[in-house]
Amino acid sequence: MALSREQIAMRVARELKDGYYVNLGIGIPTLVANYVPEGMEVMLQSENGLLGMGPFPTEDEIDADMINAGKQTVTTLPGASIFNSADSFAMIRGGHVDLTVLGAFEVDVEGNIASWMIPGKLIKGMGGAMDLVAGAENIIVTMTHASKDGESKLLTKCSLPLTGAGCIKKVLTDLAWIEIEDGAFILRERAPGVSVEEIVAKTAGKLIVPEHVPEMTF
Amino acid sequence: MAGFDKVVSSYDEALAGLTDNMTVIAGGFGLCGIPENLIAQIRKMGVKGLTVVSNNCGVDGFGLGILLEDRQVKKMISSYVGENALFEQQLLNGELEVELTPQGTLAEKMRAGGAGIPAFYTATGYGTPVAEGKEVREFKGRKYILEESIVGDFAIVKGWKADRYGNVIYRHTAQNFNPLAATAGKITVVEVEEIVEPGELDPTRIHTPGIYVDRLILGTFEKRIEKRTVRS
Repeated sequence: MALSREQIAMRVARELKDGYYVNLGIGIPTLVANYVPEGMEVMLQSENGLLGMGPFPTEDEIDADMINAGKQTVTTLPGASIFNSADSFAMIRGGHVDLTVLGAFEVDVEGNIASWMIPGKLIKGMGGAMDLVAGAENIIVTMTHASKDGESKLLTKCSLPLTGAGCIKKVLTDLAWIEIEDGAFILRERAPGVSVEEIVAKTAGKLIVPEHVPEMTF
Repeated sequence: MAGFDKVVSSYDEALAGLTDNMTVIAGGFGLCGIPENLIAQIRKMGVKGLTVVSNNCGVDGFGLGILLEDRQVKKMISSYVGENALFEQQLLNGELEVELTPQGTLAEKMRAGGAGIPAFYTATGYGTPVAEGKEVREFKGRKYILEESIVGDFAIVKGWKADRYGNVIYRHTAQNFNPLAATAGKITVVEVEEIVEPGELDPTRIHTPGIYVDRLILGTFEKRIEKRTVRS
């Protein structure tokens, strides 16, 4: 079975470490915040200028001046700090954020990522994604392995305009945990009940399959 | 106005001198911390051909979105413009030009512009469409692109409190691009929720020192929420 959105978030959460500053992108990455292991402290960075983001507010707590990068109303946790956009991106570009999790349309064997623009469709903009992928050492891309039509999103070369070049080393899809090294995808783990053959069939770029590919457990 | 007193009493006065084809830098992220009354004043003035530098372009009917209604904006320099149907329509019609700029690069363009730095190198955007036509230089084995800074004819800024000398404090995440915009205007206009006398704000807490501020006005704000989310 392909991983659910929640399982993707749960698997990503296993990469968290105590004391990590983490930036979570919009969509599935946001769900990772729900699965921080018990007893572990991580601090969420929101690129509009907030470190120490808390949960959504109650009706009484709603404050128009307190939002996250997705423009949703949020709260702060004790120990939070708020700063301007240049400082926020100094943290990001300067490599101070320990883990960045974001979605993508495509990745390729060179670690390129395309996530912001589909020519011919509406162009909305890259927001902070280009800064995030340029600045972070430790990035996890979450995405579906193939499109609804079965087209692989793990390619030899991205077909869409790039968000960043040569910056991605870890990809979690609904089928597999994959690392990128020396111009190839390496299959590290597979979703429960998903065969190596299925993953091979749905991976367009060069895929190295180690002798043993463990199944994820949840 | 006398001495360091930056307070003006009307929005007409606040944006006096803004004319067609000028560049306006605006603070705000989404609808949070936007100078909503100054934007409304630009609408009222009817100036056209503006280049507007702002992370986003408001929504239909509010924020910078209202400047699209009478086609006052020639060009937007923004990182994300996906919340606005009129924007999309004018973009597809070719009535509006957009220069999509990574968010951190946009913030740094304002910061550098205000700090007298004409350009800077950043790894952000290298190898992407953003890098097209830009100088590339390698430092310590990594490639960077040269990005030019931005200075506006006007900067429009939303603060929380200010003293009459234009020392400004922002509230929560309504800070965002505002202090950067404030440094990068040839004429910087700040609207705030409260104006106090010099000495009433703790100097340690000032985000924008008054030296950057040319005009200060007291406003009342709707503070519309773009995505109202609550926990159950």
